[in-house]
Amino acid sequence: MTELSAFADATRPARPGEEILLGFTVALRAAGVAVTHDRAQAYLEAVALAGIANARAAYYAGRATLCGSPADLERYDQVYEAYFDPRAGLPRRRQAPPGVPTASTSILPESEAGGAGEADDEEIVRARASAAEVLRQRDIATLTANEKARLAEMFATLSVRPPLRRSGRLRPWHRGSLDASRTLRASLRRMGEPARLEFRRRALRARPVVLLVDVSGSMSSYADALLRLAHRLGTSGGPVETFALGTRLTRLTRALAARDAERALIAAGETVPDWSGGTRLGETLQAFVDRWGRRGLARGAVVVVFSDGWERGDASLLAEQMARLHRIAHSVVWVNPHRGKANYEPVQLGIRAVLPHVDAFVAGHSLAAFAELLDVISRA
Amino acid sequence: MEFRSAADVATRLGETGYLCDDALATVTFLALGMRRPLLLEGEPGTGKTALAEAIAQTLDLPLIRLQCYEGIDATQALYDWDFPRQILHLRALEASGGVDAEQAEKSLYDERFLLARPVLAALRQAPAVLLVDEVDRADDEFEAFLLEVLSTYQVSIPEFGTVTAETPPVVLLTSNRTRELHDALKRRCLYHWIDHPGLEREIEIVRSRAPEVSAALNRQVVTVVQTLRDADLQKPPGVAETLDWARALHLLGVAALDLESAAATVGALVKYREDAEKVRHALDRLLTA
Repeated sequence: MTELSAFADATRPARPGEEILLGFTVALRAAGVAVTHDRAQAYLEAVALAGIANARAAYYAGRATLCGSPADLERYDQVYEAYFDPRAGLPRRRQAPPGVPTASTSILPESEAGGAGEADDEEIVRARASAAEVLRQRDIATLTANEKARLAEMFATLSVRPPLRRSGRLRPWHRGSLDASRTLRASLRRMGEPARLEFRRRALRARPVVLLVDVSGSMSSYADALLRLAHRLGTSGGPVETFALGTRLTRLTRALAARDAERALIAAGETVPDWSGGTRLGETLQAFVDRWGRRGLARGAVVVVFSDGWERGDASLLAEQMARLHRIAHSVVWVNPHRGKANYEPVQLGIRAVLPHVDAFVAGHSLAAFAELLDVISRA
Repeated sequence: MEFRSAADVATRLGETGYLCDDALATVTFLALGMRRPLLLEGEPGTGKTALAEAIAQTLDLPLIRLQCYEGIDATQALYDWDFPRQILHLRALEASGGVDAEQAEKSLYDERFLLARPVLAALRQAPAVLLVDEVDRADDEFEAFLLEVLSTYQVSIPEFGTVTAETPPVVLLTSNRTRELHDALKRRCLYHWIDHPGLEREIEIVRSRAPEVSAALNRQVVTVVQTLRDADLQKPPGVAETLDWARALHLLGVAALDLESAAATVGALVKYREDAEKVRHALDRLLTA
């Protein structure tokens, strides 16, 4: 950033300072930072207080008033660079138009979206809906790149309800155990007459979910969709931890924490060192249980393993580790994309080894299967 | 009493031993000037809590701290009635006999039976510094309640009346970002992300907070810590850990960092067994290089 520069001593035709600053907030909003009206107002107030002549202070004022998370700060810096001339602290002459079109949330293919006569509207809507429905049911491994992109947008339609557990906290309720303190309090309000009994019960809390995603070669056509699912789960309330299983164990929770799915997936891609490599399922599971699971991460959690169970050679280590994991976790769900295919038989050594140690064995090859899986998780 | 400018903030906080950079000084100045709460996020051990202490000390205001935890609710943050004393009072009235019921009830909700928890205490003692520490640990319901207090700086107690702060307290919220805070709360606040300090600033911080540590050892310790933050540790050491480690080494009478003393004191720096092993390996490389 520049040291000292001024809006005030500009030699160019002057625009009111407020207009410049508000223009900046518009550009920032277009870049994806949730700038609300009151935030913009606070920004103006802060810049006025910091002194509009001090570009550096104005820069910090914007960061403090317009941003709400590290991701926002990053975008702020980018937009700031683009909007204000770093040498003068003035807006650039030629700005990108502030009304940058926002990403389309339509789930429709471009070819269907345009060129329709009004009379056919209803027909087309129905056709689109059914195209989306077909896509929901299709095996992800068979999709083209274009279809995958459309499916990616449909992940937002999955409804996620975290599994629940009883917490140690007690909440007022109309029946349950007697709440002595509230009963006494109520009686005090009536001059010590015990008029009414108050009750309480254990409150409900979201149960943690742990996702273990196999990213080895045999699962590579599903990896993208599975990580999207993990991101959808992780950004929907309850505590979710995600790990990638390959030749080694990689924690993805931080990478997937970004709110924007595309960013999160890129971050996850950068984090995993062994995409589409081999699998050592038994060993990586052991690493997970030793390093994370036993210490508390998997305790009382719903553990979901996404894998085809492809294990070279001896599967006894895998069976042993799954048994350990099953003892620690609240419940274990194994998701195998091949499960959804016709004539599937669990014949691989790996799958046969783990089946005695899982609570549910479900398919995971299409969006519809994911919806069912989310249902299984929320009821676990 | 008040700060005059961002530079003034930096200088006066510096006098108490809290060294802040330009960005933090500016944001602090703005937060105080705009009478808005300041929300500080960042890794543990980057001096979020220490800032509140430094501000309180500089402005000579009482620091009232509300430590959040899972399950905290209004009675622990705001106020509570001193229940046993109220009962005793009632019994005493009964024993003396011939009391007017209405009078008795009124006397029950007197100020002397009111237990002021941190938020109410801050409003009544204002001007004061209210530190809401680790707000991410509390439940989201608590946030909503906090939001209400922070937007009006007043608390209404049904039996007693409304308590309004004459001057709004300086409010700092800290979060370790174990979960995302609600947008509504964030919007009320000025936001600042505190990063780990750079090499020179951290050396300065160690010099001002642990002046007994020799300059050579100080530089060595900070260099090692800065390198370790880039290593893939489960819990990268914060400034607090740097200070602990420097003090520990100083206590052992170490003049220059060597492998043996470093290995003996590594517990001051990292708190995971896996991390400790990584640090030993890293030290091996750093000290032989």
